[in-house]
Amino acid sequence: MRIIFYIVQKEFLQVFRNRMMLPIIFVIPVFQLLILSYAVTFEIKRINLYVVDNDNTVSSRSLIQHFASSPFYHIVGHGSDNQAGMEFIQKGKAHQMISLLPGFEKALNSGHPARVQVINDAINGSAASLMSAYTVSIISNFNKEIITSFNPDAGAAAKVQWSFWFNPELDYKTYMVPGILVLLVTIIGMFLAGMNVVREKEIGTIEQINVTPIKKYQFIAGKLIPFWIIALFELAVGLIFARLVFSIPILGNIFLIFLIASVYLLVVMGIGLFLSTVTNTQQQSMFLAWFVLVIFILMSGLFTPVESMPQWARNLNVVNPIAYFIAMIRMVMLKGSGFQHISRELGILLLYGTAILSLAVWRYRKTT
Amino acid sequence: MGTSEYAIECASISKSYGKVKALQELSFSVKKGEIFGFIGPDGAGKTTLFRILTTLLLPDTGTALVDGLDVVKDYKALRRILGYMPGRFSLYQDLTVEENLQFFAGIFQADIRENYYLIRDIYEQIAPFAKRKAGKLSGGMKQKLALSCALIHKPVVLVLDEPTTGVDAVSRREFWEMLIRLKNDGITIVVATPYMDEATLCDRVALIQHGRILATDTPQAITNAFPWQLFEVKSTDTLNMINLLKQHPEVHNADMFGETVHVSVKPGRISADDLFSYLQEHGHLQSEIIQGNPGIEDCFIDLMRMTNE
Repeated sequence: MRIIFYIVQKEFLQVFRNRMMLPIIFVIPVFQLLILSYAVTFEIKRINLYVVDNDNTVSSRSLIQHFASSPFYHIVGHGSDNQAGMEFIQKGKAHQMISLLPGFEKALNSGHPARVQVINDAINGSAASLMSAYTVSIISNFNKEIITSFNPDAGAAAKVQWSFWFNPELDYKTYMVPGILVLLVTIIGMFLAGMNVVREKEIGTIEQINVTPIKKYQFIAGKLIPFWIIALFELAVGLIFARLVFSIPILGNIFLIFLIASVYLLVVMGIGLFLSTVTNTQQQSMFLAWFVLVIFILMSGLFTPVESMPQWARNLNVVNPIAYFIAMIRMVMLKGSGFQHISRELGILLLYGTAILSLAVWRYRKTT
Repeated sequence: MGTSEYAIECASISKSYGKVKALQELSFSVKKGEIFGFIGPDGAGKTTLFRILTTLLLPDTGTALVDGLDVVKDYKALRRILGYMPGRFSLYQDLTVEENLQFFAGIFQADIRENYYLIRDIYEQIAPFAKRKAGKLSGGMKQKLALSCALIHKPVVLVLDEPTTGVDAVSRREFWEMLIRLKNDGITIVVATPYMDEATLCDRVALIQHGRILATDTPQAITNAFPWQLFEVKSTDTLNMINLLKQHPEVHNADMFGETVHVSVKPGRISADDLFSYLQEHGHLQSEIIQGNPGIEDCFIDLMRMTNE
């Protein structure tokens, strides 16, 4: 135990003495949290719309008025030519074009379906589908008004009342911030701990350490504990930020969040340390860690729902610690889930952590 | 611990890196309490041997016992009693002098005060810089700190890999004075050096080349065993003179040693005067010849030639 203490003490001395390390650990995460939380959003707040109205009747103008009065739509051009609208879309000045043909009102009045053409710029697939969902809902509102104006009794149809649990206003930040906290903890865990071991190899200090009676597990533990503490500290800073700056609700037990993070850190640090035992330079270890991290992050459900991934990808996520952590932290923070709800995932992470750390200790060689 | 009179016993140690044979059937013994030097050029296999002795590298074949402990089987116990100074400075450059010493004392669970007498002479020289980061020390200071850290747990055997390479002449001499003091404290020291002049400071030396030991003995015995008679010749036209000397039937070899040329001849066959007149006959009027005593370097070069032939 005393030996581990000496290594931990040494690591802390070195971390706090490293001029680059302090900003990396304390400033960059705060920036990341602030920038990503505000900037990374799937919400569409402004849709540039081009309108082609070849009907020019009360009905057609009424439909267009529906769009104009929506806070999300901004009409960037009017015309009577589809070609001109396409030009706007080509140049990126418009996201969407709505085209009404002559006879729109006549069709409505005679009880025939009236056609509306909607063209979306689908360069960004998810934005395009959101856009068309907005458009469809505006048009169906318009429909309802027309139907009730013809037949006042028709308004008595089943009315859908939506309510969104755990994130009533569908605030994107509520969803994103816990995920970004996960990212912070992961980067500290996977990169710093692993890089630290490789650094000793690279500058040769490992040579002197290896001839000492330090046991393998003592060395690994001595490398792990400092960054484990730093990562948990970072999580605390992040949670305070989430609460104060973003007013993210923390419904569950805060200690449960730290318990999950502690177990999770064992896994990512284990991966980082394992990578460090198979590489010889910081460059190699950095590259490998990035490779692993990017795959883990993109598959984790941080940006896209895991449920919509193909089955094989979801199967792969069984070994993705980030997926477990994001799922758990969202459950606890936003849903207020208790220990019994996450015990299975937590158990898996614990097993995973034990396995990968054992592998790292086993793979670490004091002799060549 | 060990009861034999030897601190280190190596029997036919071999180590290859792929096709390169770094060590070939190396056998030697180091007596307790002596300074044993490995003298040889870069790439001779000194570092490989030292890494085997310090349990960092596993030999392909052969056995090595350090203080009676096998370097492969008893590596755990061995690491407690070894002091090792690698050729490359391997302390933490971002920790201060003091912190480095405390760290190494800590992981060996050694008491600095209890063992301070061992390092007092060395550490007092760097103590004024106790708060300075190790990376900011001069080469000589770094070596003193590394030696202090290697000694703080009171090792039985001290292994030093080229401790004086890249260190100025004054620091080198001081460093060797310390080694001799440590020897008097009963520590067995194994040291590698490419400097032939340091060989005479060792109790015994092994000349090593291409992973083979050419000779092992006291420096005196090695120079005594030099099979030739040696003359030191000075001239204004050294290069031509060397060629000329090599053509003389009695001359075994002629090598440049700084400003002089060391000429080895079959013993008792010719005198300095004979050589002088030989050179004069061939136009070297201004030469100067004296009887010389062979040094370790002369022996080394001669042994090297013999094995290569």
